[in-house]
Formats: sequence, structure tokens, C-alpha cells
Amino acid sequence: MKNRQDKITAEEKFYIATQWQLMWRKFKKHKLAIFGAIVLFIFYFVAIFCGFFSTQDIYKRHTKYIHAPPQRIHFFDEEGFHLRPFVYGLKRKINPVTLRRTYSEDRTKKYPIYFFIRGDKYKLWNLFPTDLHLLGVKEPGTIFLFGTDKLGRDLFSRNLHAARISLSIGLVGVALSFILGCALGGISGYFGGTADMVIQRVIEFLMSIPTIPLWMALSAALPPHWPPIKVYFGITIILSIVGWCGLARVVRGKLLELRQEDFVMAAKIIGATDGRIITRHLLPSFLSYLIVNITLAIPGMILGETSLSFLGLGLQPPVVSWGVLLRDAQNVRTVVLHPWLLIPGLFVIVTVLAFNFLGDGLRDAADPYK
Amino acid sequence: MLSYVLRRFFYMIIVLLVVSITAFVIIQLPPGDFLTSYIMKLKASGQIVDEAEIAALRKQYDLDLPIHLQYCQWMWKMLHGNFGKSFEWNRPVKDLILERLPLTVTVSLFTLIFTYLLAIPIGIYSATHQYSVGDYAFTVIGFIGLATPRFLLALILMFVSYRYFGLSIGGLFSPQYQLAPWSGAKFIDLLKHLPIPVVVIGMAGTAGLIRVMRGCLLDELQKQYVITARAKGVSERRLLFKYPVRVAINPIISTIGWTLPRIISGQTIVAIVLGLPTIGPLLFRALVNQDMYLAGSSIMILTFLTVIGTFISDILLVWLDPRIRYEKQAR
Repeated sequence: MKNRQDKITAEEKFYIATQWQLMWRKFKKHKLAIFGAIVLFIFYFVAIFCGFFSTQDIYKRHTKYIHAPPQRIHFFDEEGFHLRPFVYGLKRKINPVTLRRTYSEDRTKKYPIYFFIRGDKYKLWNLFPTDLHLLGVKEPGTIFLFGTDKLGRDLFSRNLHAARISLSIGLVGVALSFILGCALGGISGYFGGTADMVIQRVIEFLMSIPTIPLWMALSAALPPHWPPIKVYFGITIILSIVGWCGLARVVRGKLLELRQEDFVMAAKIIGATDGRIITRHLLPSFLSYLIVNITLAIPGMILGETSLSFLGLGLQPPVVSWGVLLRDAQNVRTVVLHPWLLIPGLFVIVTVLAFNFLGDGLRDAADPYK
Repeated sequence: MLSYVLRRFFYMIIVLLVVSITAFVIIQLPPGDFLTSYIMKLKASGQIVDEAEIAALRKQYDLDLPIHLQYCQWMWKMLHGNFGKSFEWNRPVKDLILERLPLTVTVSLFTLIFTYLLAIPIGIYSATHQYSVGDYAFTVIGFIGLATPRFLLALILMFVSYRYFGLSIGGLFSPQYQLAPWSGAKFIDLLKHLPIPVVVIGMAGTAGLIRVMRGCLLDELQKQYVITARAKGVSERRLLFKYPVRVAINPIISTIGWTLPRIISGQTIVAIVLGLPTIGPLLFRALVNQDMYLAGSSIMILTFLTVIGTFISDILLVWLDPRIRYEKQAR
């Protein structure tokens, strides 16, 4: 038996491969998609353990370091190379006329960076209290890898915590859209007739409304006294009100197309039940399209949340998301003085790019005719 | 053709009705009615509000009626050009919106033209020079354009021009023309300020359309009639523009119905960041201050713009594409 399996040639393997194996093979060739997948994996991994990866508590105010620039990690000093990286201290100067603070590196103070260091207390997933951080410096040193904001809070840690909210809102929103889209698209494609007509008109209507004004109005209507968690779900629901349309269209189109395929007819003639036809024959043949569409719908949700929070209509501080962080960058003059406030924007762009690359690769892989 | 236009027109009216209901619901959404917040505001500023005045105001805004009658009253007044009053600005909503409507339409139209003028040639280039350096460059720019939130692009442009050129961009007019009456010089000033908002708003749409155009044209170029024409010795240029481009442009034109909402939607947020005197910032301030008549009317006008724009584009499409024209006639 083993001997025979060894003899299967590459060509034979191609013919006996399942649909998913074939897709994986095509997907692997798409370099950008692999790159996107790796980036997203890292982002989500860091976001899940954001407390561990951040260097300090996100609400801790360093009143001596307001709008401090990012500190650079050094390996070299005047003595030469050090295996253990370090940061220099910050020297603050206040301009007596404009009261502007400027910071410069204080070469006399050197703070080595330690790994797996005990620092500020936090709760992992709100459950396990711990104080272990990936990296940090010992008191009285400071480490601001992305600088600090107007209250002197560490932006590196805040960005990581924001990633958790911003990245998850896309997933939750898409999950909601997915349920709505499958249900309504399924009804539309399966039953046809009046139900189909009504649902199609509703989709056309929703797609003809400019989304941002609608989102703005709906999120402005969220009661201001709601707790953050409720606002979070409120925003995801608002985002998926428009989001389900695209998915419903795909489901309906595919159902209509597949119903008339020969293999469905064949299964019917053999006497397969409706349930078996749906689960064994219909679902696998358009599941890949659904996955592609979901992947491509997530960035829209992330952009939506970022825009709303940026305007101050979405999530509210003390919750941090990339959009909430970008609110500090609303004023151009502030941004010119403190360009590191734009870092969250960079994360948004990279995340959305990665999702688009991944979606593109998946789409090529899922298309059996290419 | 006429029956199609009529049917499409009828459909548009229904959509507009649904839009008005949506806008009305949005006005009603905040807890309490808008009068309560108005009275709160008056009280907060130390004014005395007596009961009779409140009752009179309630009557004036039909708040004493049941909700469906309120809607009818609101619609009726709107059909007569009465959009209600903005509490924050203390002016009729109609005036506020009319002031900003022409510029909103101008910016949207310019963006639409920009999007198509850029997307179609680049799409054609990318498809005919597939996997060339230019194609890759446009693909990368396109992806980044799709991935950058528009408000961030606006911020970055403002940052760059302020930091490196010492210019503060934003707005649609230089200060000296802000309040000046319309003149040739003011118009030229407007044209000078338009490029940045137009590029920022149109970026994502252009990037998307380039992908669509490229994909459609690539599909079309592989078809047998193209090979036949090439075998017969038709020049490449003629071959390209005579059939495949015309076929590939169709889906682009027909997605105008989706491009327009995107432009209006993008314009809203970009206008807030860049401080353009369009309806977007008006809506934003109205929402923040719970100035609900103004907010509802702004949303309605923005949506009307897209719905009417889509209607016009649909008619144009039928007129342009004989296949749709005949199909409609055959029915």
C-alpha cells in the first residue's frame, strides 16, 4: 500500500487533488496574497496579546513628557556596539516665548531595554491579572517608541490596544453582514418571485444612499449615555446595515446560477434530498466565493469605523481605536509639530492593503477557470 | 424608450419617498424631540421659557400631532419650500442648504469627470500593457488609493503642503474672495482650489474603476473576434478602439449609479477635513448639535443628488448602448 502511494506522480496528484487542495496550490503562487496573510496574522496576533506587547499602561500620564517624539532604539554608542539595545533619555526644553516644548536625546542617560520585564499591571483578555511585558526599561527611564500624545500617554501601547478594537470591529461587522446577507440573499435566490423583487429593491435603495452621511446620522443617534461595549456593537450594526447588500447579491446570483447546473439536476434525479444537495453540492461550490467576498468586505468596515471615530461620531474615548487616535491629528498645525500622531493612519492603510491583497489572491485561487 | 424612461422615473419617485421617510426617522431618532433640546439650550443660556411659548412652538412644529401626521405635515411643508428652521443657525434650513448646494454639485461633478477621465485611459493602458512597469505602477498606486481613508489622504496632503511649501490648503476660496460676489476672478480662484479636493475625493473611485476597466478589457481582448480582426490585418489602434474598448466601457458607465453615492459620501468627510463650504460640514455640525431639521434635510438633499444623478446616468446609458435600448423595446 505504502509502496503504491509513493509511486503517485505529480501529475496524478493534480488530478486526485480536492478542490481546496487545488485552491491552496494556486493561492501559494500569489506572492502578495501570502504577504498580506502574514501581515494580518502578525497584526491579529499582536492585537490579541496587546497587553503583553505594549510597553506600559495606556492611560498612564507622563506629565513631564507631553507630545514627546518617538525614542529611537540604539545598538551603538560612543563605546561601540552593544548586544542589548538601549534608548537615550529625553531632555525637555520649553521655549519661553511660545511655550513650545522641544525634546532632544540626552546622551548622558542610557536605559537598556529588557525583555520579558515586569511593568505596569494589566489583565490579559480582562481575565488574568499579570504584569509581564515583552520589552521595557527600568525606572526612571522611559520608552516611547511612537512618542506620546497631548496628555503624555504612550502612543505605542495605545496603538496596539487600538488595533484590538479596529481589527475586531471588521470581523464582528462582517459576521453580522454575513448572517444577514446569507439569509436574505438565500431567500431571494431560492424562493424568487415577490420576495426576490422586494429584497432586490431594498438592496438597490441601500446602495444608492451615500453611506457616510447615513452612518454619520445613525451613529449620532446612539444615546450618549450608552456604555462603550454597547456603542461598539451599535457601530458594528450600523456598519453592517449597508454591508450585507454585497454579500446578499453574491449569494443570490450564485444560487440562481447553480440551480440550473447539470450536477444539481443529476443529484436530484439520483434522489438526493434537498438538504444533501444544499450541503454537499451547492454550498461547497460557492463557499469559496463567500470567503472572498467576506475578505474584501472587512476593509470597508475598518475604514468606516475609522472615519466615524475620526469625526467623533463613532467610538468615544476612553475606548481607543485607530480612528479615535487619529482625532488628535485633526488640526494640521498639530500634525506639523507632532507628525507621529499620524502613525495610526499608517496601520489602517497597511491593514486594508493586506486584506485587499489577501482577497485578491483568494479570488484568483477560487476561480476554477483561471 | 419613452416607456422605460417613464418607468424609471416612477421608480425614482418611490425611492425619493423612501428616502424622505428615512430622513424623517433620522430626525426622530434622538431621545426626546428636538424642541426639548432647544428649550434646554435656551434654559442653559439663562433665558426664561414660559409654558405658553412652548405650547405655541409645539403647535408651530406640529409636535402635538401623531407621528404619521407629523411626517405628512413635514412633507407638505417641504413641497412648498419650507424645510423648517435651524435652531443652531437661527435661519431657515432652505437658505442654508441653497447657499451650499451649487458648490456641492460643482465639486461632485468635477470629481466625477476627473474619475472617468483618469480611470478609462489608465485602464486601457494597463490592459494593453499587462505586466509592464507602468501596469505595476498603476496597480500599486491604485491599491494604496483604495486602502487610504479619504480623510487621511486629505490630512496628509495638507500636512505636506503646509510643512514643505508653507501653504495652508483647504477651503474653496482665498480669503479675499470668501464673501465677494461672483465674478470672473472669483471663479478662477475656485478653479485653483478645486484640484486638491477633487483628487482626494476621486482617488478611491478612480482606483476601483481602473481595476474594473482593466479586467473587462483583458477579458474582451482574449475573445476570438479580436484574434480574427488581428489575423485580417486590422491596425492595433483601430482594433482596440473599434470594439473591445467600447464593450469594456459599458460596465464602467453602468456603475455610475455606484460611483456617485461614493463621491457624495467621500465628499462629506473630505469637506469636513478640508473645510469646504459644501453640505457635508453643515450636516456634521447639525448632527453634533442635534439640529435635527437641518440634519434630516441635509441627508435628504445629499441622497436626492445621488438618486437624481443615477436616474440621469441610467437614461444616458440606454441612449448610449443599443443593446439595452433594443432589449427594453422588445419587452
